[in-house]
Amino acid sequence: MSEKLMVKGTEAIGESAIRAGCRHYFGYPITPQSELTEYMARRLPKIGGVFLQAESEVAVVNMLYGVSCVGKRVMTSTSSPGFSLMQEGISYMACAELPAVFVNVMRGGPGLGDIQPAQGDYFQATKGGGHGDYRMIVLAPSTLQEAVDLTYISFDIAEKYRNPVLILADGMIGQMMEPVEFPEFVDVEKLKEPDWILNGADGRDPRRITSFDIDPHNLEKIILHLMEKYRKAEENEKRWEDFMVDDAEYLFVAYGTMARILKTVVKLARKEGIKVGLIRPITLWPFPYERIEEMAERVGFILAVEMSTGQMVEDVRLAVKGKTEVLFYGRPGGVIPSPFEVLEVLKKYVKKVRV
Amino acid sequence: MKNAEKLKTVVFLKRPESLTDKEFTYCPGCHHGIVHRLVAEVIDELKIRERTILVAPVGCSVFAYEFFNVDGTVAPHGRAPAVATGMKRARPDLVVFTYQGDGDLAAIGTSEIIHAANRGERITVIFINNAVYGMTGGQMAPTTLIGMKTTTSPYGRDEKRDGYPIHIPEMLKEFKGVAFLARTTVSDPVEVIRTKNAIKKAFLAQINDLGLGLVEVLSACPTGWGMDPVEATRWVKEVFSKEYKTGVFVDKVK
Repeated sequence: MSEKLMVKGTEAIGESAIRAGCRHYFGYPITPQSELTEYMARRLPKIGGVFLQAESEVAVVNMLYGVSCVGKRVMTSTSSPGFSLMQEGISYMACAELPAVFVNVMRGGPGLGDIQPAQGDYFQATKGGGHGDYRMIVLAPSTLQEAVDLTYISFDIAEKYRNPVLILADGMIGQMMEPVEFPEFVDVEKLKEPDWILNGADGRDPRRITSFDIDPHNLEKIILHLMEKYRKAEENEKRWEDFMVDDAEYLFVAYGTMARILKTVVKLARKEGIKVGLIRPITLWPFPYERIEEMAERVGFILAVEMSTGQMVEDVRLAVKGKTEVLFYGRPGGVIPSPFEVLEVLKKYVKKVRV
Repeated sequence: MKNAEKLKTVVFLKRPESLTDKEFTYCPGCHHGIVHRLVAEVIDELKIRERTILVAPVGCSVFAYEFFNVDGTVAPHGRAPAVATGMKRARPDLVVFTYQGDGDLAAIGTSEIIHAANRGERITVIFINNAVYGMTGGQMAPTTLIGMKTTTSPYGRDEKRDGYPIHIPEMLKEFKGVAFLARTTVSDPVEVIRTKNAIKKAFLAQINDLGLGLVEVLSACPTGWGMDPVEATRWVKEVFSKEYKTGVFVDKVK
């Protein structure tokens, strides 16, 4: 393994993608992720890769569609408004079963919003985003090392399920610097070409990749096939981290940067005698419902904390099935709750329960 | 008898290998079928069928992938040039062509075609201009003539409200990335041959690594226009091509 390098989040994701064998990147500038696009612009031409700055995010996602059709690993990165523009293409790719990796470095929204870290795109990421019955597998790193590790495996996951995968980061993960260890380079030459790609009907019948069937009964079959894959992803891909939950009397649920901040809150609270733990979903879809349900049976309440007005908390409620109280605290618009702020909220609720 | 035999071999050409056996589902008198056949003949003659990829559009020719005996996909509405760009950048050895209508290319997809042309993407674009959105039932297109009645311009296209007919080759001809650019019709046998030659050059622009090749074919939509096939073909020649002048705008293939 290589030594640790001090890198910026966006660049860590870019380098990890390259090491995973991605040689095709299409992007459009948008804060706070432009450094990733710049990194790929510098790096890819030197290793025989393809970098292209497209005319829009709408074009970007369709370029990914094209690359994926011919069977190459491909990726893009954007931030919230840009990710909205990609939803059309992602819906098409999900139905056409085209693997690709997307990175959304979330900023404050809705609308043009601002350029500070936020988590307001949870619904868009996990509940569809585009039209129709489909899912994206969503991975949410909370450290740069995890961003590297998740990016590295995201291509395999995308190919395994023939489905777009999303790395859902926020401006904090994108912009901060941390020491990371990079994985080994995948030998691109040794990557197996899938047997469904478009590479010319030479000695075989033509292949068609479409997200289209005019016959509703056929389309239903296609969608049920997608759902079958999603059930498998739900069985195999759920990832989460337990943090100080063994003796927990109260539980936080948070992801990404917010979860990282809550680890500090957990330690601060425990110094004051409040036994609180944290479950940090790493896959936001599929969401670790069962793990949270288990914990719900043991704790006085669950406090979901988000850098939004409350989106993931709806999945927490679905997981809990009324077995404990689900509370919420959040700051939207690019405001990041401080550890002391959340600690005060926790103490307020603990006081209520104890009384 | 001898002459009849000869005539048979001349007139009843065999089906191009680049077409499947599936019968066209287009309306009677629609020109898509003629253009499909010409594209298939060109692919056969250039011997590129085994490495050609079709990017079909949204619109009447959404089913094009069923008719061409090549690998293919269907792009989101207007996005075919972006999809083709991704394919060609990743696999420059493949021959990639898009087949797009006027709503697809000249309305919702203007951004994608303009930037693909400006980058000089090594792709071939077959652009069918029939002045209406055919698939959705004959609505006004960006290429609809002034005064022309459609289901969304029931009193005629009014330039004050709807703007003017859009001329794609005239727009793209200044782009240095474009290597071949022509507008043709298939409304008589001579024009059919011209169209085929233009399509061939539009493929050669890609194959010879010169830039983007595009052929706009003025086509009849008898259903959308409320005309019979003969009348519609005559209208292409006598009215439609007065607004949209045929000819070669760029030819770096020579």
